[in-house]
Amino acid sequence: MSRALPQTDTQDPPAGSCTESPMQRERAVTIYERSQAGRRAAVFPKAGVPEPPLEELIPASLLRTEPADLPEVSEPEIVRHYNRVSRRNFDLDSGFYPLGSCTMKHNPRINERVAALPGHARLHPAQRDRRAQGALELMWNLERSLAEICGLPHVSLQPSAGSHGELAGLLLTRAYHRANGEEEQRRRVLTPDTAHGTNPASVTMAGYEVVKVATAADGGVDLDDLRAKADEETAALMLTNPNTLGLFDSNIAEITRVVREAGGTLYYDGANLNAIMGKVRPGDMGFDIVHVNLHKSFSQPHGGGGPGAGPIAVSERIEPFLPVPRVERVESGNGAGPRFGLSDDHPSSIGRLRGFQGNFGVFVRSYAYILSLGGDGLQEASETAVLNANYLLARMREGRAGRHLPLAFERTPLHEFVLSGKPAKQALGAKALDIAKRLLDHGMHPPTIYFPLLVDEAMMIEPTETETKESLDGFVAAIDSILTEAEEDPEILTGAPYTTPVRRLDEVAATRDPVLRQPSGRPAP
Amino acid sequence: MTRYTSATDRDREQMLATIGVGSVEELFADVPDDLRLSRPLQLDDGLSETEVYERLRGLAARNADAESELCFLGGGMYDHYVPAIVDAITSRSEFLTPYTPYQPEISQGGLQTMFEFQTAMSELTALPVSSAGLYEGPSSVASAGYMAIAAAGRRRFVVSAGMHPHSRQTLATYSQGYRADVATVPLVDGVTDLGALADALDQDTAAVMVQNPNYLGAIEDLAPLAAAAHDVGALLIVSCDPISLGVLRPPGEAGADIAVGEGQPLGGRLDYGGPSFGFFCAREEHMRRMPGRISGETTDVDGRRGFVLALQTREQHIRREKATHNICTAQALNALGGMIYLSWLGKRGLVELGTLLARRTAFARERLAAVAGVTPLNDAPVLREFAIAVDAPADAVLDHCADRGIAAGIPLGPDYREHPDGLLVAITERRSAAEIERLAEALEEAIAVTGALGGRAEGERVGSR
Repeated sequence: MSRALPQTDTQDPPAGSCTESPMQRERAVTIYERSQAGRRAAVFPKAGVPEPPLEELIPASLLRTEPADLPEVSEPEIVRHYNRVSRRNFDLDSGFYPLGSCTMKHNPRINERVAALPGHARLHPAQRDRRAQGALELMWNLERSLAEICGLPHVSLQPSAGSHGELAGLLLTRAYHRANGEEEQRRRVLTPDTAHGTNPASVTMAGYEVVKVATAADGGVDLDDLRAKADEETAALMLTNPNTLGLFDSNIAEITRVVREAGGTLYYDGANLNAIMGKVRPGDMGFDIVHVNLHKSFSQPHGGGGPGAGPIAVSERIEPFLPVPRVERVESGNGAGPRFGLSDDHPSSIGRLRGFQGNFGVFVRSYAYILSLGGDGLQEASETAVLNANYLLARMREGRAGRHLPLAFERTPLHEFVLSGKPAKQALGAKALDIAKRLLDHGMHPPTIYFPLLVDEAMMIEPTETETKESLDGFVAAIDSILTEAEEDPEILTGAPYTTPVRRLDEVAATRDPVLRQPSGRPAP
Repeated sequence: MTRYTSATDRDREQMLATIGVGSVEELFADVPDDLRLSRPLQLDDGLSETEVYERLRGLAARNADAESELCFLGGGMYDHYVPAIVDAITSRSEFLTPYTPYQPEISQGGLQTMFEFQTAMSELTALPVSSAGLYEGPSSVASAGYMAIAAAGRRRFVVSAGMHPHSRQTLATYSQGYRADVATVPLVDGVTDLGALADALDQDTAAVMVQNPNYLGAIEDLAPLAAAAHDVGALLIVSCDPISLGVLRPPGEAGADIAVGEGQPLGGRLDYGGPSFGFFCAREEHMRRMPGRISGETTDVDGRRGFVLALQTREQHIRREKATHNICTAQALNALGGMIYLSWLGKRGLVELGTLLARRTAFARERLAAVAGVTPLNDAPVLREFAIAVDAPADAVLDHCADRGIAAGIPLGPDYREHPDGLLVAITERRSAAEIERLAEALEEAIAVTGALGGRAEGERVGSR
């Protein structure tokens, strides 16, 4: 099958055919398959103490009889292996990554440098407070910065990710209602049908029932449906604004008022905070609890699936229940500077959500980011993110994209927007999945697809503020080229991608007959 | 300050013209005026890169880190040497900057290393299925509890007092949500009291939870604990130190149903507590209930070997309120660091490291026991950490040692009232015999000075906290 493949700047196109690209000729080999008995990398210091047999120190019945089967490889092999394996990833530093709801903005390297300072990287978490004053001051300053950005007075940095922050917020909600004698009565949490999947999953984990609130024709919360469902059984409303369609809900004050009057708490999913920094604050919209994804708006690298951090900012009525330990600042009376400490002494607290103080290394990076931008820089970042999204949308309204991939809800979005691929599917037989896979051949990461669920063939596009106009134009050109192919020969798309290290994978088999680890002693292929 | 954006004035003009608006402000028209922030954010002005570096360097300099003092602190995170290749590989853009591998065709690097990690963790724990990692240790214990509730259809846990206090506290927090009861079983002679455990078990018990080595450093005999749990149809959940699994009987072999733990010891930075990673391994029957991403091997349309996120029907983005857990972003890069470290250790290195730790730790316990005013809290076998009582107020002893550049240990009093002046002392391959000697001398001096100054009589000490 002869195919004209697009020229891209990151992939070598095969010479006019579907023959294997160099990446594809290199088959996947695991570190286990490179193992040869007798090879090694690690060398340890001499014990320098008496060396009795292990059995004299620990009873044999408690000891392992067969060593764990770890790979036996030399250091050069380890470096070469992971270097080669790494090249089978696409990454943000290599190209456009408009993955909706994920805020794939540039990861500044100064943040990595300061996180690696020994005073941060080699600071033991059980260090006494008086000998970790710099770390505690950093945490305090980050808390204050996030409080200002969110418009809420109190912060806990402890949650490890957005999902962890959601669980924290729901446990805070439970503690709040318990204190009011309403824990058993308030057992339902309202979430819009456009919510991130973590929201309903967190609701279940926190022992609550999900009640879905419908979306109105304009893409916002259906107020009538909300009024009908907010009642004395409502524990909380979980909402993101701008929502997962990228639309700011103008009725937000009324939404939060309805839930507050019904007695529920207001939870703001901060996944989309990058749209509004310095423009409007969740606290001012009426929310009680906000989680902030430091790996989205505050530039922590995503690491292929973490680490992140999901600090929460809360209102006065929620404050007594915040997780412990909490960072405290004590003014010294003697003219010296303030002292910082960790305190467990909060009897109404929900308790701990994890070990030690949280993902401190992430706090360092995000604090460095906030210091770099300052208040006006954060505002400028949000404004540019919104400008970039709207520019990209305007370009996507032109020509083929405009015909085949219309905006799902006809309103001005903020930092991201959702297109419907339904016309493309009906007219060209090109599903959102096919378009996404063909984008891979153009050296771009596809948008989030099939989310939010209420849009047919959804494509959720978030360019972020750190992309240039040229890169946005490049995406438009790639989409146009893909739709042109679809018009001429739809099979090109259904066969895509062609140039990636592997092509479409059998995901059904991977779940039906799962192979989740390598059998021991597997011979090299 | 404009930073990391590249839109010039000319770009902005062109972009606004294309959009058909006069200003960026018009794009925010849906935000009601009365809700807008009508003033600038009250944050400092942006700084240049060199200023940011100096500011952060100044803060870092006010921390006593393990580079600048002798660190005998452990309690779940340890000052192991992190080989240079870990940082070199994990700082590559290809690993550092992608999102979760939702597009497998361009995420084979991440998916393959997850698969390698799963294989290694499964080997270490001797349990057949491993996820690709959770947030960290204590929340992994709480997540194991959540799964045990689903597996056993019961809502009660029996937890050893040897479980890390942070794990027990985290479990208590999560239990408010999933409505579980938690009973705690005491230690006797440093290890979980088997008799008390048997008494605490009943037909409502979903799981028994223990840590190995336990928080006081003692090695538990898991097999009878597993038998006791299984007798009432409960699961055994073991939180384990991955380094210990080079030499200790693995939990899967001793009868555990789930093994979880803190991944920091595997080549992770101390980072004042995170980010690290948690691991989660279980018996096969729990595969479709497990929390966290899991990579699975498959083939592409041309028959090439490849990897994908498997069993996604457990997960929040597919199953929403019916998901088995809410976890999404976890700690993929840290888990990769753990896998690189395990490759560096290799099959023999992990055993050698465990053996080295056991010998140095035994030596250190014996040496400190010879110090006037130091008593080991128990005689149980230990691997990398041990508990002592000092004959002086623990806080004063620690302060005295700190002033001599030694972080001597973690005080046990706040979590174990029966050991008001207990200290937990950890040894790694970085702590030489000479450094252990320095610790012994510092403790001796500290106890002599603060014990005398403290002037508390023996009878007063107990119960005064």
